[in-house]
Amino acid sequence: MSKTIKENYPVGDFAIWIIIYVELVTFGLLFLGYAFSRRSNIEMFNHSQLMLETTSGFINTLLLVTSSYFVVKAVTTIQNMTDNRREEFNKKASKWLLLAMLFGAGFLVNKIFEFSYIFGEGINLSTNKFFMFYLLLTGFHFMHVLLGSVILFNIFQKTRVYGYTLEDHKGIISGAAYWHMVDFLWIILFPLVYIIR
Amino acid sequence: MKYTSQMVAKPYFIFALILLAGEILFGLLMGIQYIWGDFLFPLIPFNVLRMVHTNLLIVLLLFGFMGATYYLVPEETESELWSPKLAIITFWIFVVAGVLTILGYLFVPYATLTELTFNNLLPTMGREFLEQPLPTKVGIVLVVLSYLLNVSMTVLKGRKTVITTVLLTGLLGLAVFFLFAFYVPDNLIMDKFFWWFTVHLWVEATWELILGAILAFVLIKVTGVDREHIDKWLYLIIAMTMVSGILGTGHHFFYMGAPEYWLWIGSISSAVEPMPFLLMILFAFTMSRDRKIKHDNEMALTWAKGTAVMGFLGAGVWGFFHTLAPVNMYTHGTQLTAAHGHLSFYGAYIMIIFTVISYAMPILRGRPHGNSAKAQKVELASFWMMNSGMLGLTLALSAAGLVQIFDQRVGTNLIGFMESQESINGIYMVRAGFGLLVFAGLLTYFYSFFVKEEAQQA
Ligand code: HEM
Ligand code: HEM
Ligand SMILES: [Fe+2]
Repeated sequence: MSKTIKENYPVGDFAIWIIIYVELVTFGLLFLGYAFSRRSNIEMFNHSQLMLETTSGFINTLLLVTSSYFVVKAVTTIQNMTDNRREEFNKKASKWLLLAMLFGAGFLVNKIFEFSYIFGEGINLSTNKFFMFYLLLTGFHFMHVLLGSVILFNIFQKTRVYGYTLEDHKGIISGAAYWHMVDFLWIILFPLVYIIR
Repeated sequence: MKYTSQMVAKPYFIFALILLAGEILFGLLMGIQYIWGDFLFPLIPFNVLRMVHTNLLIVLLLFGFMGATYYLVPEETESELWSPKLAIITFWIFVVAGVLTILGYLFVPYATLTELTFNNLLPTMGREFLEQPLPTKVGIVLVVLSYLLNVSMTVLKGRKTVITTVLLTGLLGLAVFFLFAFYVPDNLIMDKFFWWFTVHLWVEATWELILGAILAFVLIKVTGVDREHIDKWLYLIIAMTMVSGILGTGHHFFYMGAPEYWLWIGSISSAVEPMPFLLMILFAFTMSRDRKIKHDNEMALTWAKGTAVMGFLGAGVWGFFHTLAPVNMYTHGTQLTAAHGHLSFYGAYIMIIFTVISYAMPILRGRPHGNSAKAQKVELASFWMMNSGMLGLTLALSAAGLVQIFDQRVGTNLIGFMESQESINGIYMVRAGFGLLVFAGLLTYFYSFFVKEEAQQA
């Protein structure tokens, strides 16, 4: 009995929590750096911020949050499976994951348009402090969405061969945790960099 | 020993240890020159001693890595080495090239050496750690290529494990990043970039993979823990190393003419670099706690745990001290840097060589259960002598670095370099003392090889 309780906490793989912790600290430092630099350059930060497309950022927020929701659906599908219908539940979860990946891809495409506009304006890491932080933060975050998509794809592949069972579905939980982290970081990043003035 | 071709590791190990003795000896000579400036004048100047000291270090680590690879790859792939003969030929070529280069440093003035070795055709000499003449550099490339070929062919025809994959990736990185040593831009800032592309991406990215692979191999052997448990740790360590280490190169681009964003990229990425070293401690101690067998060679496990701890201290802790840009502004290039350089190179890389030698050498010498208890006791003594010696040396250098910083960089009442150095003289004596302890520890270690096997052993 006590063994199962121990195995259920923390959910997913221990390793993924170490990774998430390190990621949060790293992004946290960048967020702090942004906030402190902004305090001494408010004018310049506000002015540069006007160049960002808030609507596109908002659409991206919706895309990521919805995608996260689909991942939750996939996980609960697996968790609610009944022993004799493993294939059916895995199939259902794979559909949710496909949707999640599509929305993730939507985020990436939209972001590529945003970057090409910004770079088209001749902006780079050395333009000013605001754009340095903007590019570092959104650039790092972009790579995380990319990595998260690869992880989702791996989970998706496993559902296609009905790989998850009621007893053993650590993989999908770990992947979901990572995807939620990516989503969570964006939810802080978006208001901080695009909106607050 | 399961495969006869593992035998080729032996000469590599022995030669690595001989070079280590040389390296530490030259360190000691420098330690004395720091106290009495005209020691050995005019025979060997400081810059030559320094070059021999650091180059011996790099070359001995390469020999050690090669020996470790030749030992573990047959066992991991479950097949004989592709060509033991090539490994032995490579060994002798590398020995001859290495010895000639060191003799060149010692007996030919460096400026003359550059002229003799075609440096005017392709200038590559004069950069720290990469001082080797062009023919030596080309020789290193050839040696490493033949070694990579040998290892790759063995891996291709045999069982594939996570350990061999990680090891091979690390070795490939070692080879690729060495190529930057052939490019010396005229622009001083670009020059620094490319220099660090070799030096930093070696010790803080690719070599860490090699370190992780060797550590995992020895831990599996002496603890009997299942491979699957180890694989996950290894992946995690490697992933963190690569991500933090590659961008972490930025911690060398502070205030040197590079764009300002490096302050942020370098500080934040390299602040994560201690994590994989911390994970190695967790890794080693978890494996040791969950061990399934009690190997008679207890020293191998002791060295493995020691590597994790000392590597974390030297690279993780001492590295973190000066890795944030605002701190580095004060500490850059002081004795604090040397303190970190010593403990990190020793703790991570010299000690992993000791670990694998301690595990493999008794087996290569026909003692599958490790050395006798008496020999292991001597080895344990040497373990503590060398570790406390290096730690003491590091602490002394750190103190020296702090004095230097407050003498010369903080406040307005500053003094000149030589004046400051004079005020540190006492600390330099302490450093030399601890250096002597390290050397004595190494001799004790050598002695442990010759302790007679007891007649009766359980
Ligand atoms: C085993 C791994 C490591 C080794 C062998 C190593 C070795 C060295 C050496 C020899 C130097 C001096 C280079 C020179 O001559 O200028 C150096 C510099 C430096 N290292 Fe490491 N290091 C390691 C890991 C780390 C880590 C993990 C960090 C950060 C957390 C770090 C931070 C630094 C910094 C900031 C400098 C520049 C110091 C200065 O500005 O003077 N190192 N390292
Ligand atoms: C296995 C042990 C040792 C290792 C791995 C090692 C490694 C190194 C490294 C990496 C450097 C370059 C540091 C830098 O660029 O900041 C160096 C320089 C130096 N080492 Fe060692 N060393 C060892 C033992 C010793 C010992 C025992 C002594 C003397 C007591 C010593 C004395 C020195 C000195 C004086 C320098 C030159 C520092 C300077 O330029 O001011 N080393 N060593
Ligand atoms: Fe570095």
